[in-house]
Amino acid sequence: MTRIFVPADTTACALGADSVAAKIAELAENAGLSVDLVRNGSRGAFWLEPLIEVETAGQRIAFGPVTAADVPGLFEAGFPAQCDHHLYLGKTDDIDWLAKQQRLTFTRAGLDDPLSLDAYQRAGGYTGLRKALEMSPAEIVENVTLSGLRGRGGAAFPTGIKWKTVLDTPADQKYIAANADEGDSGTFADRLLMEADPYQLIEGMTIAALAVGADKGFIYLRSEYPKALKILTQSIKTAEKAGLLGENIVGSGFNFHIEVRLGAGAYICGEETSMLESLEGKRGLVRFKPPLPAIEGLFGKPTVVNNVLTLAAVSTVLARGAEHYRDFGTGRSRGTLTAQLAGNIQRGGLVEVPFGTSLRELVEDFGGGTASGKPVRAIQVGGPLGAYLPESQWDLPMDYEDFSAAGAMLGHGGIVVFDESVDMLQQARFAMEFCAVESCGKCTPCRIGSVRGVELIDKIGQNDDRDNNLQLLEELCETMDKGSLCAMGGLTPMPVRSALKYFPQDFEPAGHSGQVG
Amino acid sequence: MQVTTEKVATVVAGVVSKYANCPGGLMPLLHQIKESLGYIPKESVADIARGMGLSRAEVHGVISFYHDFHDQPRGRTTVQICRAEACQAMGSRQLETHVKKRLGIDYGETTTDGSFSLEPVYCLGNCACSPSIRIGEDIYARVDSGRFDEILDGVKQ
Repeated sequence: MTRIFVPADTTACALGADSVAAKIAELAENAGLSVDLVRNGSRGAFWLEPLIEVETAGQRIAFGPVTAADVPGLFEAGFPAQCDHHLYLGKTDDIDWLAKQQRLTFTRAGLDDPLSLDAYQRAGGYTGLRKALEMSPAEIVENVTLSGLRGRGGAAFPTGIKWKTVLDTPADQKYIAANADEGDSGTFADRLLMEADPYQLIEGMTIAALAVGADKGFIYLRSEYPKALKILTQSIKTAEKAGLLGENIVGSGFNFHIEVRLGAGAYICGEETSMLESLEGKRGLVRFKPPLPAIEGLFGKPTVVNNVLTLAAVSTVLARGAEHYRDFGTGRSRGTLTAQLAGNIQRGGLVEVPFGTSLRELVEDFGGGTASGKPVRAIQVGGPLGAYLPESQWDLPMDYEDFSAAGAMLGHGGIVVFDESVDMLQQARFAMEFCAVESCGKCTPCRIGSVRGVELIDKIGQNDDRDNNLQLLEELCETMDKGSLCAMGGLTPMPVRSALKYFPQDFEPAGHSGQVG
Repeated sequence: MQVTTEKVATVVAGVVSKYANCPGGLMPLLHQIKESLGYIPKESVADIARGMGLSRAEVHGVISFYHDFHDQPRGRTTVQICRAEACQAMGSRQLETHVKKRLGIDYGETTTDGSFSLEPVYCLGNCACSPSIRIGEDIYARVDSGRFDEILDGVKQ
């Protein structure tokens, strides 16, 4: 039977995939065609969504972007067979944008129904856990250390070292906490993974639990991701039924349970200690460190806190070997970068490439420049706390060290493109405003500094005592940078300072559009 | 939509018995009250606190900390506009001006007929096809003023 794939991913549905699926089902029935309509995850080529695929004789061909209104025309042209239609893209594997990527974590994304455990296992899933079950906890940790894997949430801390700390801390109870509070603007990799390949996260968490001796895990999921919630909840049940999660996993005597907990719209809860407070049912106030969560984490117990992509990557590390993973990348940035092309971009989506690829390659070669067709002016990398980079910085290799040396950061891999219409004074103001809205309020530089920052930038925009206020803004940035408790207040100066440094003309009198707020 | 005192008491008693022994259960408890009633009524705080072994201040503190929780009735449908950078790069500032005008309300407000509440949101994870909005559980991509009007007309029907 012909299999037709219509993604049920958030972005695909936001572009009308549900009505496309309904129309295909209706017209196939009218034509008396026997088709198997699969709602798969997305491959991450969001610019082609809804991307419809047809599988015949082991080959997959693609059409996209398809709207419900296109479906009758497609059928007239011969769909679901290969046909002469302007939306026909050829074989999916030959789409240049996908073929040029080197996927390790997202290799299965979009291939099948994300809820199908059989499909996951047929595509190599749970190989990592089976290998881990034959190792000692120390050996698993050693493999993760050897792979060079670093935290993908933004802080880039070596995962193996974190796990070793938890393993070496004696306790009657330990936890695994997956950070799925993906709040950075311009990022959707966690969401895509959870919606397209949820078992990979579940498997990674199970391996982590086995490595450190935890029997309970939480996925702290942001409430803005309702589809991911449904998919994760269902996948956890399915994995439990199959004996891959819960009591006596694969007959090994090892027990591990996962529960999904929803956030409630607070950006700060993506900070690991704030997330732990929230999981404990409290206000998401940032904790002092030390003690490290690895020693005193959730409910005071040793806790592995890792980002979704980090835990997912562990499945690959174990399945394919630490050396295989380590062979990708450059310097101390090993493995792959999951770049997310967003904002004013023609071909946006998820691009997984080895670390070291330049920003220009990503934005120009993969991204195809802006959606508006106007020249790119600024690129913000690493979320709302990341730097705005002008063209002189676009040849930087995308790796942790090079970005850090340039006063920028990779963060969670978000790349937000702005065309020449951007007003950088407004972007700097928004960075401070966002911090004021989302600060947990525990430390003064962040809570008060951000409010004062908005006021200062407004004054600069109104040319009110400009030189003094610019100097004061720099001093305020210094105070926030040095004096804040966590990265929220500490990094808010990064977008502000980069805007001032690279786009000073926008802070000149009449240099910006004059609209503030 | 205002709910009766009896209804509040029933819902609160139900969720308290479900989460009283759940570590960190206050967050899922509040989510469930929100789902059942649309908001977390002020008069429920004392009962929640008693049931969960917390002080009223702790419960109020949590409700007021998170953007998702409100202690006042909301409109039947919540409209969220993404205010974050990727959407800004695609014109969300113009979109929010239009939406506020069209609905006749600002952020945090509810239309007089009680149908819509308007909220800002900082990222819906749909950043490759910005600007994004969420209406109820549905997320919409590449929304400009014209498309917003179409979507709203559809939702109203």
